[in-house]
Amino acid sequence: MSALRALFAGLLAWTLLVAPVSAVIETYEFSSPELEKRYHRLSQELRCPKCQNQNIADSNAPISQDLRQLVYQQLEAGASDDAILDDMVRRYGEFVRYRPDTEGAALWLWLAPVALLGTGLVVLVLMLRRGGAVAEAPVLSDEDRERLDKLIAEDDQ
Amino acid sequence: MRRLKLFLPLGIFALLAVLLFRGLSLDPQALPSALIDRPLPAFSLPSLAGDKTLTPDGLIGEPFLLNVWATWCISCRVEHPYLQRLAAEEAVVIYGVNYKDDSAAARAWLAELGDPYVASIVDREGSLGLDLGVYGAPETYFVDADGVIRYRHVGVIDERIWTERLQPIYQQLRTEAGR
Repeated sequence: MSALRALFAGLLAWTLLVAPVSAVIETYEFSSPELEKRYHRLSQELRCPKCQNQNIADSNAPISQDLRQLVYQQLEAGASDDAILDDMVRRYGEFVRYRPDTEGAALWLWLAPVALLGTGLVVLVLMLRRGGAVAEAPVLSDEDRERLDKLIAEDDQ
Repeated sequence: MRRLKLFLPLGIFALLAVLLFRGLSLDPQALPSALIDRPLPAFSLPSLAGDKTLTPDGLIGEPFLLNVWATWCISCRVEHPYLQRLAAEEAVVIYGVNYKDDSAAARAWLAELGDPYVASIVDREGSLGLDLGVYGAPETYFVDADGVIRYRHVGVIDERIWTERLQPIYQQLRTEAGR
């Protein structure tokens, strides 16, 4: 039993450790490890324009290879993360970013969850309040109580 | 008021149904071009015929179509005869971008199937394609007389798409240029 548990614990630890490795196909020589870190972060954040839902780090589409190369070249040329992202947006629109700017139509995306949560809370509070008012127990009239006692007495016999 | 509230779920359902039904007819691949109403990106690339270097200034003058094609692109082959008809019968000005292709194969392709292009830009590395925001050939950009990109069509141009959607756009660019 404890051997089985140890096995499960081992497997769990293994999946947690292994999961966040992305499959980049070609390897680039970076002049500094800092650049390489930024490269990985950028290629995870940029979305492949041709694919439906993949970042360019995961995708093997030719366009993703081109974009990875472009990111690499711009990083080595000393461009900042923002400059690289802006350059990509200029070519492909906000579509290429998995975290779009909080501007224009994308603002709705950022605000919608908050607005929905807020509406839900308001509705919940209203319902709870109204529920409290209705929940007062109805009082039986003397006549009804008499009938009820009689019915119970009949039932007991 | 109470009775109206009973219809609330029905209303929400109807709203969702309308939205979802609309979603059925949306193309998830559609990606609006970021370059609409922006000038052509700068480039200086050889022509496929090999006789000159093409730059935006060399192309600009009258409205034209910039058609991204390649010999490895099967849909381009489908589209090709119709582009030839447009160039020959309707005098549509079409420039080509030979995108990430082998130039010898591209020349053979044009020799065999005919050449609807005024000239084709050789974009072997795909750098112009990147600047244009190309994500899959064939793509066709509509450029006005001032060199500003006004429309982008992704996919094959055929007779139905041309007459219904694209011809009016091209005609409008020509009319604007005539003024």
